[in-house]
Amino acid sequence: MHELGIVFHIVKSVEKIAAENQASKVNKVVLQIGEVSTIIPYYLKDCWKWKCSKSEVMDGCELEIETIPAVTLCEDCEETYGTVEYGKTCPYCGSEHTFLIQGNEHQIKEIEVT
Amino acid sequence: MKDYKIIEVKRSIFEDNDADAEKLRKELAAQGTYLLNLMSSPGAGKTTTLKRTIAILKDELKIGIMEADIDSDVDAKVISETGVRVIQIHTGGMCHLDADMTRQGIREFGTEDLDFVILENVGNLVCPAEFDTGSTKNAMILSVPEGDDKPLKYPLMFSVCDVVLINKCDTLSVFDDFSKEAVEERIHRLNPNAGVIFISAKTGEGFEEWIGWIRKELKEYKS
Repeated sequence: MHELGIVFHIVKSVEKIAAENQASKVNKVVLQIGEVSTIIPYYLKDCWKWKCSKSEVMDGCELEIETIPAVTLCEDCEETYGTVEYGKTCPYCGSEHTFLIQGNEHQIKEIEVT
Repeated sequence: MKDYKIIEVKRSIFEDNDADAEKLRKELAAQGTYLLNLMSSPGAGKTTTLKRTIAILKDELKIGIMEADIDSDVDAKVISETGVRVIQIHTGGMCHLDADMTRQGIREFGTEDLDFVILENVGNLVCPAEFDTGSTKNAMILSVPEGDDKPLKYPLMFSVCDVVLINKCDTLSVFDDFSKEAVEERIHRLNPNAGVIFISAKTGEGFEEWIGWIRKELKEYKS
């Protein structure tokens, strides 16, 4: 259940940012999660409510997740394609000289505070 | 008037942990303690490998072992029989150790007088790979019965490791569909710099090379 550990880290970071900005309440946290980042939004949301209820500044805080699609670039034919659908093998030329250009993100984008 | 404001953060979820890990690495370097984070799936032979490693090195290095588990102290008991210092850390249900937990364990343990500390991480090929513990280097054990396709299934784990031990090589005659060449090629495709060493913790096969790796690492670390 690694989403639980990830939620602990997010809450810790957000509490720190809130304190630095003299905010008394965090209403919303916006995350950017890549499609192949190994973080499953569904489980993240599950752990989120429970963990936030234990935090004074984050109790009831809304979680918004923006998914960033995974895109792979082929070095040989320079085409890009959807990673989830085709994996490591380029669907245009069959090459395996490919690398992920986006989709591994796990970022706190912004928070809304009062 | 708006009674709320938006703070732009744009910060990795793991940034906090990465900063903690970097701090721990510096502290360990200052006191001259090498921390090896050892990962594997459950039952790959971490504890047996450790026992044999300790038996060979305990007269030349001051060794400490940190056992991380979700619960129980069975591994700590086995290791304590070897005579080296051992501490059991419980993650309290969590599937991995992060840098902060490792640091607390290190403090509790008192590692100032130790040359070489091995952290036996929770048996799991997914989450421990995502959280930098602050260790000097990462090692993992893959055992032959698990199959040579594991680098394909758990790419991140194989990408973060400096050395991969392929254990239970004494069973290769039974698990004859395991290809040493294929596993090595798959690991190197993910991580060209990873060392791959074939061992058997049961028979001692390959330990010369493994112990050689440790000796070389420690020599470079201390200089």
